[in-house]
Amino acid sequence: MTFAIQFLINVLSLGGAYALMALGLVIVYGILRLVNFAYGELIMVTGYTLFLISGSALPWFVMAAAAVAMAVVTGIATDYIAFRPVRAKSVTAVLITSFAFSTLLQNAALLFISPRPRVIPLPEIFSRTVEIGGAITPMRNLLTIAAAVILLALFAFLMRRTVLGIAMRAAATNFTMARMLGVPANLIISSAFAISGFIAGVVGLLWMGRIGTVVPGIGLEPLLVAFIATIIGGMRSLTGAVIGGFVLAFIDTSLNYTLPQELLKFRDAFTFSLVILILLWRPEGLMRGPATGQRT
Amino acid sequence: MLEVTDLEVRYGAIRAVRGISFSVSSGELVTLLGANGAGKSSTLRCIAGALKSAGGSIRLDGENVTSAKPEIMVRKGVATVPETRDVFPDLTVDENLRLGSYTRRADRSGVNADRERMFELFPRLAERLSQPAGTLSGGEQQMLVIARAMMSRPKVLLLDEPSLGLAPVIVDQIFELIAKLKQTGVTILLVEQNVTEALAVADRAYVMRLGKVAAAGTAAEISAATDIDALYLGG
Repeated sequence: MTFAIQFLINVLSLGGAYALMALGLVIVYGILRLVNFAYGELIMVTGYTLFLISGSALPWFVMAAAAVAMAVVTGIATDYIAFRPVRAKSVTAVLITSFAFSTLLQNAALLFISPRPRVIPLPEIFSRTVEIGGAITPMRNLLTIAAAVILLALFAFLMRRTVLGIAMRAAATNFTMARMLGVPANLIISSAFAISGFIAGVVGLLWMGRIGTVVPGIGLEPLLVAFIATIIGGMRSLTGAVIGGFVLAFIDTSLNYTLPQELLKFRDAFTFSLVILILLWRPEGLMRGPATGQRT
Repeated sequence: MLEVTDLEVRYGAIRAVRGISFSVSSGELVTLLGANGAGKSSTLRCIAGALKSAGGSIRLDGENVTSAKPEIMVRKGVATVPETRDVFPDLTVDENLRLGSYTRRADRSGVNADRERMFELFPRLAERLSQPAGTLSGGEQQMLVIARAMMSRPKVLLLDEPSLGLAPVIVDQIFELIAKLKQTGVTILLVEQNVTEALAVADRAYVMRLGKVAAAGTAAEISAATDIDALYLGG
């Protein structure tokens, strides 16, 4: 029983983080059909913003909000710098510009801050543990679950109930038609990048909360996780991205518990083998997503 | 109201529309006829702003709107019903209609009044409000797209082959509806391959062939012209 609770909390907290990471990536992909390879750097920016303002006397919550705001700004900047100038011309060009923007940000961090890990301030609650049904669990796992539930609910509300959300879903299916109804293309795209930045910022706080430090390459793993989760779930579906995140977390956590010690360092190889099996079974991912759609 | 002069549309090296000129007056229903590939849809999409023109001009109420963005054209009062019948399949009928009124969403009472009007014209839509639009039949989808376009309260409605791929009985219904819409005073530019039905509702017609206007006149004149089949068959 204790083990079951432990396992469940681990899957849900890791899955919550993975699902959010995937959602942040797929919200942009769904609309533009372009992967933002500078997505991981939004998490890096969150970390360094928190590090840079850690000397101030501000309460942690304010600093965290500023860090998330910085991720939103960087997200929108990604659109203006890497996407907008070349978006209409070539997919390959955007692939390169978004990689370039990612490298640029990482190198700026290397150059102006340090290649070594920098400690970010975390509130005391992150290091506390609680006991639930006999299972001892870090508080931050519960925080991650709570944050995931709140953000997913907020996101669902935004996409289902607000005109902006409905317009974004429409734009993801057929951008030209949405524009012919008067939905401004640039507003939709900027909103997508802003939401992507917001999600990356929050998930970044939780992600870095596990280790307490930020390094220039911190964004690589979240980008990879987001990418794999969206592939499992179906690149075109928001629900799919969330499901993909939880499936990936389930696989990772199960392997953590079942693999013998000497094989544990090859866990990712096992994970990817299972991902390949899933893709052989459902090449389009678990969820199909909107039926039609052309790039703009 | 709508004046198109020497309009050209190109897809790479292919010249789909080769300098056509026509006009639509306020409250008029004008139809563009022609065979597949004559350039009718390209013309319409170009007016809607979905395609950039390669030459010529488009004027709306005297204002030059050539190559304006599609979102701008809606704000200027041009609504489009595209040939591909683009409902958003995963959105409900209700959400599709809400997007139709996107440009005037601040005007709540006006939008609600228009919705009621649309439900009177299309009772089926009221019944299926919470259903995903992708689950509607072809005819219902066509009605939804027309209703959605009307929700922006357009001055000009661009209809691209509304009868395409529909059963004959539905086609009749759609054309009855177009006649009703005309009575509301909206200006309509109708692209059609269904010559008989189109000429029955239209005031004037232009026949396009290989990207050019091959014939123009009142609906009666075009109906009476004996060479209409020849124009179609490329003779």
